[in-house]
Amino acid sequence: MSSPEFKNPIIKWIDYRLPVFTFVHHDLIEYPTPKNLNYWWNFGSLAGIILVVLIATGIFLAMNYTPHVDMAFDSVERIMRDVNYGWLLRYVHMNGGSMFFMVVYIHIFRGMYYGSYKAPRELLWIIGIMILGAMMATAFVGYVLPWGQMSFWGATVITNLFSVIPFVGDWIVQWLWGGFSVDNPTLNRFFSFHFLLPFIIFALVFLHLWALHMHKSSNPLGIDVKGDADVIPFHPYYTAKDSFGLGIFLIVFLGFTFFAPNFFGEPENYIEANPLVTPSEIVPEWYFLPYYAILRAVPDNFIDAWGILPVIITAKEAGVILMFASIILLAFLPWLDSSKVRSAKFRPIYKQVFWIFVVDCLVLGYIGANPPEGHFLLIGRIATAYYFFHLVILMPLLGRFEKTLPIPESISAAVTTAGTEEGQ
Amino acid sequence: MAETAAETHDGPEQEESRRDFLLISTIAVGAAGTAIAAWPFIHMMNPSRDVLALSSTEVDLEPIEEGQSITIVWRGKPVFIRKRTAKEIAAAKADDASQMKDPEADSKRVKKPEWLIMVGICTHLGCIPLGQKASDPKGEFGGWFCPCHGSHYDTSGRIRKGPAPKNLAIPPYAFLDDSNIRIG
Repeated sequence: MSSPEFKNPIIKWIDYRLPVFTFVHHDLIEYPTPKNLNYWWNFGSLAGIILVVLIATGIFLAMNYTPHVDMAFDSVERIMRDVNYGWLLRYVHMNGGSMFFMVVYIHIFRGMYYGSYKAPRELLWIIGIMILGAMMATAFVGYVLPWGQMSFWGATVITNLFSVIPFVGDWIVQWLWGGFSVDNPTLNRFFSFHFLLPFIIFALVFLHLWALHMHKSSNPLGIDVKGDADVIPFHPYYTAKDSFGLGIFLIVFLGFTFFAPNFFGEPENYIEANPLVTPSEIVPEWYFLPYYAILRAVPDNFIDAWGILPVIITAKEAGVILMFASIILLAFLPWLDSSKVRSAKFRPIYKQVFWIFVVDCLVLGYIGANPPEGHFLLIGRIATAYYFFHLVILMPLLGRFEKTLPIPESISAAVTTAGTEEGQ
Repeated sequence: MAETAAETHDGPEQEESRRDFLLISTIAVGAAGTAIAAWPFIHMMNPSRDVLALSSTEVDLEPIEEGQSITIVWRGKPVFIRKRTAKEIAAAKADDASQMKDPEADSKRVKKPEWLIMVGICTHLGCIPLGQKASDPKGEFGGWFCPCHGSHYDTSGRIRKGPAPKNLAIPPYAFLDDSNIRIG
């Protein structure tokens, strides 16, 4: 961790007064990184890159967008037809949002598989969950801006969730709306929030990276770095690996943008908002589907079965509480998971239940896209129950009863031992 | 305070409690000031004067036939006005005794039995129930049916089945004369 010697006198002059070059050298070039990171570690930098793409395209879209109920829908269509490259920037922005969630979800699952959230990286993980929360808020208000039918009715359904807050709920909903329904004041403030929130995400990402650089990256073995033999400099090794991953990612991202730009969209949202007609089915964007399934999973009559509960809580309130709990609980994962071993590589049972959890989340997503009737409702309820069972019961118990495999002494020892075994 | 001052001979200690007092009062005044300064920002998001000014609507009921419903807009929300048939009124009254999630007598929900006036927003998550047009599905109780999550409302707009927790809301309204009402 020596200070670099700069030869260029201008760089030297600046660095003495504001050590930006030393900072870049320490945290991007020389930055010691475990040498065994696999491709699942690409998704953090990918998320950062998409955030920048979204902010850049968003700023230019804002130059052509009109946040007024009479003009918003038409201004978006104007961007698509008349504004130079408007179609491109809007499709990049639209699909970029989907990609951001996809990359971040993979990033989160990676953290769960390899136990990246365990000490001393708990706060790093919590800031990550806060970023997810801020992303969800940003995506939600952003989806309202084109002022299509799904924009309007999605906004109506989600803002109404706040009416379950005891005593002040109705007041809070009116306060969010700035009126008595989702209307022009709502659209105006959502535009303002949609501009503000990405910069809050940016600040959170900065904290996320700061916390990351305190104890550095975890790794697939989940063991601490023991010495110089375990690490390699970030540049050129991981700049190269990240760039390769970025290339693959861009093929997927731009593939959707150019060849199936409305793949993730809802056709209904190309119909202008009409406060007097509810679409036959209100479906959120794909990245909200699992939470939507949880929201709708609480049986209407679970209350009747228990008798006393209806006084305290209704099915609607229970659904809202479960939905928010499903996200907030993730922040407590460092304490819910009682195992001292980080990586699932050495946890034979966790390795399997992790994949069951992934499938459970996908099932919830599938259920969220379908009407809450018949077997969809039943499967949704089972999947919701399992989601919470995994986090609240399985994670604390597994650490206590699971027999873990022997852990290698160090990152480099793992490689050399494996090498000798193969050689014999 | 007087007691402390009389008993304390130790200079620095007294100094410290004075400083504590200054510190605490400064923080208290600062916090109160910040809270007061925050209010204009919070209140700016509440409904503005022009929004509030448009908060009442007058409706002429003359053209509505028996068994017909109309939807008007009040405060940006749909309001259902239905001239109920004798059969519907009878059904609503007969159901007063049935088990309900949000029990309310039909007579409490109308000013004149033939005129049912309610906010047409499902109390579950804010969708607009179907049942205004003759061709719409009206649910299992012959009133309204919310397509979003399957709530059934009866001929008095009371929730009978499905996830909605409450009956369709009754807006404040008054009969100006026999065939004109003011909502809000």
